[in-house]
Amino acid sequence: MEKRNEFISGLKDGLPICLGYISVSFAFGMLARQSGMPIWTAVLMSMSNVTSAGQFAGLTLILNQGTYLELAMTTLIINLRYSLMSLSLSQKIGEHITTGKRAAISFGVTDEIFAVSMQRREKLTPAYFAGVILIPYLGWAAGTFLGAYASNMMSPALSSALGIAIYGMFLAIIIPPCESMKSIRYVLIIAIALSLAFRFLPFLNQITSGWVIIIVTITASALAALRYPISQEEAHE
Amino acid sequence: MNRILISIAIMAVTTYLIRMLPMVLCRKKIENQFIQSFLYYVPYAVLAAMTFPDIFTSTRSLASASAGCLAALWLAYKKRGLLIVAIGAVITVYLAEWLIGI
Repeated sequence: MEKRNEFISGLKDGLPICLGYISVSFAFGMLARQSGMPIWTAVLMSMSNVTSAGQFAGLTLILNQGTYLELAMTTLIINLRYSLMSLSLSQKIGEHITTGKRAAISFGVTDEIFAVSMQRREKLTPAYFAGVILIPYLGWAAGTFLGAYASNMMSPALSSALGIAIYGMFLAIIIPPCESMKSIRYVLIIAIALSLAFRFLPFLNQITSGWVIIIVTITASALAALRYPISQEEAHE
Repeated sequence: MNRILISIAIMAVTTYLIRMLPMVLCRKKIENQFIQSFLYYVPYAVLAAMTFPDIFTSTRSLASASAGCLAALWLAYKKRGLLIVAIGAVITVYLAEWLIGI
């Protein structure tokens, strides 16, 4: 009975995440379909990866004929933050949770699921995770399918306009904390300056986009970490 | 087709290992402040690098993309949600292309 209540409160917490996911995965499905990927491969990628930025970057690399090594490295760098989230969560779920259950829970660690579950005051149980992961996961898969399916009937004007959607979402993540945090402004300025340099300067522009993202991310994050080390509390926000 | 499937598998396995290994293996907190700080800044660095300069070639013309980018920056600065910022940028691009007659 207790397990059932835990599961249901997980479902409730997962519902708003699910609504957000449908729109983002819709954009992903549409982009994948427009790039010529079969619908089922787009859905397969969503169901096996469950990441937003990672999937968009991976899709770009696949289309640009990037190497498998580039793909693995880009995925690693973009998704590295999940390891810190998994780490924080592992300390909140208690030591008695078995390895098998830990392995299952970790599949669903996304930015949003992490944020919601860390806010919960009660002890985190596997039943709660089952609920809070299930609903957003289904939304992520369904949104991808709908986006890929609907893009078949998209006008050129609409698909041109929708091309900017994902960048709009990225800006909505990186711009708001700029106002109050000098450190975030510092990261963004370095990352953007380097990214532009790798696109437009001779020699540097010979490097493929996958490596550029890796080099820029490591450099900007490391410089910011040296100049603005964060406190323990911020690390777990 | 094989290339797509292998690519998806590489991404899925890499992503899963990143999520799974810390939760299964480490039960102590990371104490190293540099690594903590580095990981904290990674999402911002990576999204900024992916957005610029690519946002300017994400539509059919530089002009419409620039208009959409400005709209998104303004909405994001006003702290609107992800969906509102994205839709605002899309509508701006659509209207800009209609105005300049593409």
